Amino acid sequence: MTIEARFRAARAAGRSLLVPYLTGGLGEWRATIEEVAAAGADAIEIGIPFSDPIMDGPVIQESSQRALRSGATPQGIVAELAGVDVDVPIVVMTYYNPVHHMGHRRFADSLAAAGVGGSIVPDLPVDESDPWIEAAEAAGIENILLAAPTTTEARLATICARSRGWIYGIALLGVTGERSTVAEAGLEMGRRLKAATDKPVLLGLGISDGAQAATVAAVADGVIVGSAVVRRQLEGCSPSEIGAFVATLRDGLDTA
Amino acid sequence: MAFPSIRSDGYPMTAPVRGGGVRLDPPGPGPVGLGRFGEFGGRFVPETIVAALEQLEREFRDAWHSDAFRAEFSSLLQHYAGRPTPITECRNLSERLGIRVLLKREDLTHTGSHKINNVLGQALLTKRMGKQKVIAETGAGQHGVATATAAALFGLECKVFMGATDVERQALNVWRMRLLGAEVVPVTSGSATLKDAINDAMRDWVASVEDTHYCIGSVVGPHPYPWIVREFQRVVGDEAREQARAVLGDDPDFVVACVGGGSNAMGTFAGFVETRSRLIGVEAAGFGLESGKHGASVSRGVPGVLHGARSLYLQDEDGQILEAHSISAGLDYPGVGPEHAALAGAGRAEYASATDAEALDGFRLLSVTEGIVPALEPAHAIGWLAREAGGTIPEGSTVVLTLSGRGDKDAQQVSELLDLGDGA
Ligand SMILES: Cc1ncc(COP(=O)(O)O)c(C=O)c1O
Repeated sequence: MTIEARFRAARAAGRSLLVPYLTGGLGEWRATIEEVAAAGADAIEIGIPFSDPIMDGPVIQESSQRALRSGATPQGIVAELAGVDVDVPIVVMTYYNPVHHMGHRRFADSLAAAGVGGSIVPDLPVDESDPWIEAAEAAGIENILLAAPTTTEARLATICARSRGWIYGIALLGVTGERSTVAEAGLEMGRRLKAATDKPVLLGLGISDGAQAATVAAVADGVIVGSAVVRRQLEGCSPSEIGAFVATLRDGLDTA
Repeated sequence: MAFPSIRSDGYPMTAPVRGGGVRLDPPGPGPVGLGRFGEFGGRFVPETIVAALEQLEREFRDAWHSDAFRAEFSSLLQHYAGRPTPITECRNLSERLGIRVLLKREDLTHTGSHKINNVLGQALLTKRMGKQKVIAETGAGQHGVATATAAALFGLECKVFMGATDVERQALNVWRMRLLGAEVVPVTSGSATLKDAINDAMRDWVASVEDTHYCIGSVVGPHPYPWIVREFQRVVGDEAREQARAVLGDDPDFVVACVGGGSNAMGTFAGFVETRSRLIGVEAAGFGLESGKHGASVSRGVPGVLHGARSLYLQDEDGQILEAHSISAGLDYPGVGPEHAALAGAGRAEYASATDAEALDGFRLLSVTEGIVPALEPAHAIGWLAREAGGTIPEGSTVVLTLSGRGDKDAQQVSELLDLGDGA
């Protein structure tokens, strides 16, 4: 079943979708995936560390640097994902250069071979993404496109049409990182996307706790939570501690 | 004809702005499709800034074909930046090397480097777009100083991102930027040099895009920047071509410029690309190409995508970008503008390199032979010239070399490296 079909089904059953993000190659990241899945994630996003992550704030920059210093590589991470056994889809987040460098076909095939279901490439906007989408779809990888508060209506329609899996709405003007409140621009993003598409709409960036997740879930089908999870990875939290945090996000969504 | 006041607050310019201005050649050819120069270029950026890039492209396209905009730009270049810059025949150096060397004197512009040309153009665009703030990255600090200068002139708020390593080795320029009213933000991520300054400028822009223009300092970045910056810098090459013809009665055999991101070289080459001249870009060879510590992205890079453009970048086998190394902060960048990658691919321009040591030789050579202290960046081009005269450059050849900036900013750094001896 595709990610999109799973998410549509969950939505129809009244469930708000939760996608936590972990930096691949950092500490006990694989054991953490299992805890996070058990804590109620609907899919899990694995960040492939890159030397120059321009969409990321200090926390994910630091996690990327640490993972790279400890020897993590894109292909090493993808290969290790093959050994992860969870019953929710895995999606990789990677900047475009590692994909370009390896070649679209080879990269897509390696994801498929590892059982990865989707990709998010934050520096590959819709008008540059044809070659990657073509290779990804041929390998059965759903490429998730991002929409931003600054995106024009015309582009929004194209993004919704071309995105697979879900539409990733950027919930603020800025890079990744925890914020103390949900930006009004984020809520407006959710409303615009919901009006534009019936594909699943998830909002991400800045969402830091269960209460914020609940606020966002009021205007979208679900949330992506990155820096708040990765900060705990950096602080050395155990897989079960991170799982416990994800459970609080799940609670926030379920009691909203 | 009344010229519009150039300050957003309506305050008149200090120098009288009258008709005239420097002569501008007609616009050059734009890139194809979504910012492509051959297979290079493009717009590989987060969705958040796409709309701003589209707006910038529209505004530039209109402005660059508007007589009023061109008149205002050319007037600023003349009355504020000091253009046209002269071309200087270097008799002593020519005699020493056995070739005929003309220098295009960008070191004589206001603020001391070619960077001012681009910045004045982008400041006019900023005003045109109704934005009140500019951000910029800087390596050597020359682009930062130029941006801070234009911001002071136009009454814009200005923030400059600069690698912490460069903040140290270009301390004088940091002080100048602060004097001019700009905020300087030291960047500590990654290698703490130009590449990381661009990363942080882009991260800032993703948040500030609605009221802020990113004034990029070279022919790098997403479409339309490589095109815009080349067009604002082409005055260097267009002037140099006409001046060289007047002096030589012909086009030069060689046109030489140093290449960091590639803006002084691209501006220079744009004026000569239709001539018979051989175009040579000189990259930073750092400790030597074999050392792995250099900034020679055309010579040693492979195709990749960074900072919004497909071009040639230094990277490892996984596509992680490598740290560059150069004695000069302005060439310490692991990539090059996409149009250079295309010119190299097509064989229309050639790319050579000079080491840190050769740049120091060039720095000293031009000082003692001509009484001109070059910036460390174009000192690479001088060093290459000294090495190749009589070799790659046959005896008796004519050469136009762009002296992209003056060496004041480097005096402190070089004084610690060059031992002139007592009383020398
Ligand atoms: C004097 C001078 N020349 C050259 C450069 C390199 O930039 P570009 O290759 O864009 O001309 C710089 C950059 O700081 C500079 O200050």
